[in-house]
Amino acid sequence: MTRTSHVLSDSATMARRDLRHAVRFPMITISGLLTPVIMLLLFDGVFGHALRAGLLSTLGGASYVSYLAPGILVMAAAGVAEATAINLNTDMGEGIIARLRTMAIWRPSVLVGQVTGSLLRTMLTGAAVLAVALGLGFATHATALAWLAAAGLFALLGLALSWLAVAFGLLAKTPAGANSLALIPLFLPFVSSAFVPPAAMPAGVRAFAAHQPFTPIIDALRGLLTGGPVGSSAIAAVAWCIGIALAGYLWAIALYNRPPAAAG
Amino acid sequence: MSDQAITGRHPGPDGGNPGGRRLAIEAAGLRKRFGDHLAVDGLDLEVPEGTVLALIGPNGSGKTTTVRILSTLLAPDAGRAAVAGHDVGREPDAVRAAIGVTGQFSAIDRLLTGRENLALMADLNHLGRAAGRERAVELLERFELAGAADRQVITYSGGMRRRLDLAMTLMGRPRIVFLDEPTTGLDPRSRRVLWQIVRELVAGGVTILLTTQYLEEADRLADRVALIDHGALVAAGTPAELKARLPAGRIQLRFAEEDSLAAAAAVFDGAARADDGLSLTLAAEGTVAGLRDVLDRLEGHDLPVAGLSMSEPDLDEVFFALTGDDRPTGRGTADLEKAR
Repeated sequence: MTRTSHVLSDSATMARRDLRHAVRFPMITISGLLTPVIMLLLFDGVFGHALRAGLLSTLGGASYVSYLAPGILVMAAAGVAEATAINLNTDMGEGIIARLRTMAIWRPSVLVGQVTGSLLRTMLTGAAVLAVALGLGFATHATALAWLAAAGLFALLGLALSWLAVAFGLLAKTPAGANSLALIPLFLPFVSSAFVPPAAMPAGVRAFAAHQPFTPIIDALRGLLTGGPVGSSAIAAVAWCIGIALAGYLWAIALYNRPPAAAG
Repeated sequence: MSDQAITGRHPGPDGGNPGGRRLAIEAAGLRKRFGDHLAVDGLDLEVPEGTVLALIGPNGSGKTTTVRILSTLLAPDAGRAAVAGHDVGREPDAVRAAIGVTGQFSAIDRLLTGRENLALMADLNHLGRAAGRERAVELLERFELAGAADRQVITYSGGMRRRLDLAMTLMGRPRIVFLDEPTTGLDPRSRRVLWQIVRELVAGGVTILLTTQYLEEADRLADRVALIDHGALVAAGTPAELKARLPAGRIQLRFAEEDSLAAAAAVFDGAARADDGLSLTLAAEGTVAGLRDVLDRLEGHDLPVAGLSMSEPDLDEVFFALTGDDRPTGRGTADLEKAR
């Protein structure tokens, strides 16, 4: 018997719980917000000059921040997901979760609540990063529709990374373990089109960078946000996000339903 | 507040007939292995509706594992279990809808307040906003938590947490309640509140399975006691039945002077002097004939007795006699360690 009637109400209840935690302990949200902003300032202000000089052929007249910001956005989403993985792992150790397993609720709501909270933090962080980027001179000719599409793609990315983070949080035995796993999506953008185009990389690295999921996602975001060409990257980006979201969801549910460890 | 307010009363169809009650909990041949440790080894249990079963055993005897199987947290390797008439493995949601569980470790959200914890339970039980809020107030008062309702649980004492835990368990008015060592490490006041609530629940028709290391607790609360050791049933019955399985009760004689005590000690072989220095404890059958024998010998030797009392064996003795074990169970070091 599945309680489909309770899918929404239980998920909403668990999302409210997550938000209440976030409001009571705002440091997680704030540090998730500050880190990408600092990254943006660092890469634009410290390395930007040198990088721009090396990328003149790619950038044309645009400022480096216009190239950089979409990559930082993606890293911001990965940073929020990292906090989610740690949060979830900590939460699973709490007695309340054992209680929820003995209640007739829609079981995935425990995880959906965290994903919802994670997604909201992702969007909030993304908005802050974008605001700072615009302040630094991010040049855009995007239409309202393109902005909307960018927001949609970013939300989809947030959803994918959040489910992946939930799976990491369930897989790891300790919060530190969850953190280590969550560093993978956080560091992958370095070997993508986030900071320099793959074309500027050595051959072996270039092949990896060109084909890993973050490159089409960043390229599509960049195209949408600057008002430039998007091309085939959009389809690849959406496909990757849906694929990761689905895989993360199924993985997380399977991990959540596995028999718990021995107890005395 | 009446009992009804807490329990909501769930009179079963056979509620007035203790002999023919339906079974709220039924387990046959339960087995669970963790690695090479057999935690539960062919356990059979039957708990009629509206009764209390106390599961007693030392640490690691399989009490908690049994509760986890019956509350759908753990699948058994073998055997069958039905709770509220539903198979634990095949219809876990139907079981979950009927039960409430208070585990050994507080199942509360430490980051929320007491009231928010109860609201969370109200929402997940789909009580509706007004009804949930009202019941939260009711439970906070009943569990003596009204004053701390809006404080974060992280500031609560151990006893307050345990009370909140049970209040959360009762939010959805479960018909069957599992209490896994509910009073371990609790102060006397919290323990009394808990005992009182258990009695009220039972009065309202709720079935309770509680595990405990305190034999006194089982003696006071339980209709039936199941002693388990190494995952298997050692003995089961009412507390009185179990005590009757010990050969002797005790007769205590009190004397006014040391001299008469010494004289009596010479008459009754194997009598033990009590700590107060003026009492003798005799192992004797708690029957009229046994008592008459003692009185006859007192009179025959002309021993002046200041007082006489009889007592049945307590469950501690029963436990040691039946398990042949001298591990500390009731008030030993194991409990002190747990309480920390």
